[in-house]
Amino acid sequence: MNKGVAVTGIGVISAIGNNTGENYRSLISGKHGISSPEILETIHKNLPVGEIKISNESLAEDLKLPKNHSFTRAALLGAFAVKEAVTQSSLKIDNETGFISGTSVGGMDTTETYFKDFTQGKTENSRYVRAQHPGFTTEKIAEHFGITGFVSTISTACSSGANAIMLGARMIKAGKLKRVIVGGTDCLTKFTLNGFNSLMILSDEQCKPFDENRNGLNLGEGAAYLVLEAEEELKGKPVLGIISGYGNANDAFHQTASSENGEGAFLAMQKALKIAGISSESIDYINTHGTATRNNDSAETEALKRIFSKNLPDVSSTKSFTGHTLAAAGALEAVYSLLSLQNEQVFPNLNFSYPMKTSGFMPVTKLKEKPINYVLSNSFGFGGNCTSLIFSKNGG
Amino acid sequence: MEVKIYINGIGSISAQSGDLFSGDSARIYQENIFQAISPNYREFIKPMALRRMSKATKMGITSAKIALKEAETEVPDAIITGTGEGCKKDTEKFLENLLDQNEKLLTPTSFIQSTHNTIGGQIALNLSCKNYNVTYTQNSVSLETALLDAQMQFDEDPEIYSILVGGVDEISEKITSFRKLDGQLKSKSIKNLDLLKEDSTGTITSEGAHFFALSKEKKQNTYAEFQTLFIKNTIQPENINEEIEAFLKQNNLDSEVIDVVILGNNGDNRYDHYYKNLQQNLLKNTMQLTYKHLVGDFDTASGYAIYLAANILKSGKIPSVLKLNDIDSKTPKNILIYNQYLGRDHSLILLSAV
Repeated sequence: MNKGVAVTGIGVISAIGNNTGENYRSLISGKHGISSPEILETIHKNLPVGEIKISNESLAEDLKLPKNHSFTRAALLGAFAVKEAVTQSSLKIDNETGFISGTSVGGMDTTETYFKDFTQGKTENSRYVRAQHPGFTTEKIAEHFGITGFVSTISTACSSGANAIMLGARMIKAGKLKRVIVGGTDCLTKFTLNGFNSLMILSDEQCKPFDENRNGLNLGEGAAYLVLEAEEELKGKPVLGIISGYGNANDAFHQTASSENGEGAFLAMQKALKIAGISSESIDYINTHGTATRNNDSAETEALKRIFSKNLPDVSSTKSFTGHTLAAAGALEAVYSLLSLQNEQVFPNLNFSYPMKTSGFMPVTKLKEKPINYVLSNSFGFGGNCTSLIFSKNGG
Repeated sequence: MEVKIYINGIGSISAQSGDLFSGDSARIYQENIFQAISPNYREFIKPMALRRMSKATKMGITSAKIALKEAETEVPDAIITGTGEGCKKDTEKFLENLLDQNEKLLTPTSFIQSTHNTIGGQIALNLSCKNYNVTYTQNSVSLETALLDAQMQFDEDPEIYSILVGGVDEISEKITSFRKLDGQLKSKSIKNLDLLKEDSTGTITSEGAHFFALSKEKKQNTYAEFQTLFIKNTIQPENINEEIEAFLKQNNLDSEVIDVVILGNNGDNRYDHYYKNLQQNLLKNTMQLTYKHLVGDFDTASGYAIYLAANILKSGKIPSVLKLNDIDSKTPKNILIYNQYLGRDHSLILLSAV
């Protein structure tokens, strides 16, 4: 068994709550956050989303930003979640504190708002010209917390947040950083909503992960970050959990679709188990990618069957609560995995009625209490990108 | 023990298609936004696939395949990509359609191809490579973060033998031109070769792809050894000499062992002081080279600097168009590359002769 990397702080904002406590209470009471878009200006009001009902103005006020700030919504949500994580871990921010953030479209919300103005040569909002860079959003958050050392962004679509956690854990292990804030942020944008809509993989009702009648995902928004610290830096600090395994592989099958047998997912889980130095039987709960698209859920199920054969542990998709928050999903679900370990609870998979005919696969549909030592979390993205993370209890 | 990492193959696509090392002269551009010169993509990508691909993906796959071929690597153990703005043309296309058509009747192709990891994903698909595949998008340290990841992979996993690392950025008609609005580009058109004679704000920009086949094995045709690198988001202007000294010290080196420094001067008089400060102080007695007057400045332009450094170390030749001062280095052993953009995202890369 490998030693892993300690988590000393977590912060999250999503459609089911503005902090870790609120998210946890929603998860145990089965309270989802799927609604019609109100803040996102779109013609697609019929498409349910996991929207955070706080305006950019309120978020900026809460963060005490100056009037002419250039935070994108992803940066606002990100800073909001980082603040909670940093406070919880009483993090010292210095030269050896890194920041690694995953985001898929970064500041696309501002790019789509000002695109026409910029095309016409208007310069009033030119402070957002660089927002198309995902790194711009990351730098705004880093700047806000005075992080000047290693700052980087991962953009591997829907596995970005999980990959950011993996890189952070590796950098701590390699001795390249003493402390690092890792996670992801993405806000709802017209760009992504219309993109997924044009692919015809958005459901017009609440998403039904792993259900035979699932008909697509709900897009969500959110941000979540973990504080990781090197062992010698802990000095008696409470440890919330351990990142014990991680693995990334590529499906190399299709730009957007997963291979039928979930090869990439299979390889990612296999690598994560190897790094953690545990066998598949040790996993007590799997927080799946489970987007509720026809393709993902069947490919993921195939991959799970290949890893776990007949001994499949408890499985659920919390995207039925939050929607698919893209790059933030891996980070949100890392927080939920840590909450599952801390509280020894498996969170339910909502909206499930009929098992898939092909597999008979049954997710957990009611809150379940049981001893939990290891949680596996999956995140898969466009470009065949597949990442698995394994979390364990401190000293577990 | 740290593993030694060698550069065994390079694929370079930029606005300079000629081989400066064989005496080709530099191409001249009169506009502040200029394109990379396309090789014959058909030699590398099947026509069916080629049809829908954006330039970023075409340049990425092609330079990746050139690098791998040179290194005689079929399938690398990891593919790590850096891109500042990813597939900008597809992003722009989908966004414009969405705005013009008021969110109606949209087709998904450009959305599918707009994600930043399209290039890395398409290379994996082209090579049927199921290994580790990650994309970094941190402005001017996008490629550098990819290199850092590669360095860590070699150290962590004894089974890792070869890694493909590269940086790609493309220009798009509108989003690139927005840089005129916030002072990133010079307001008047200039001749690229005169970039460093300018005393004005902003720079010139272009596009390109640079992939490197890294390996633990030193070969007959190895270019150079990749020693180490350093990334830091913010450095106070007055501290630049100290930061670089500290980096060298950390690697048990001092400025005297640096035979050549390749600097990222981009003609922006608001930020070139970072380079000038080094030129006049710590690296005053070092041979100084520069390159953005040839290929423009873009997030992964430093890929061209690595290409130059690797070729200098292998051939011993130093094209005069690169020279910033009169100091010469007969047989350069160690080359340091320093880059930043708008005073942020600083990086140092150290390469050595083999």
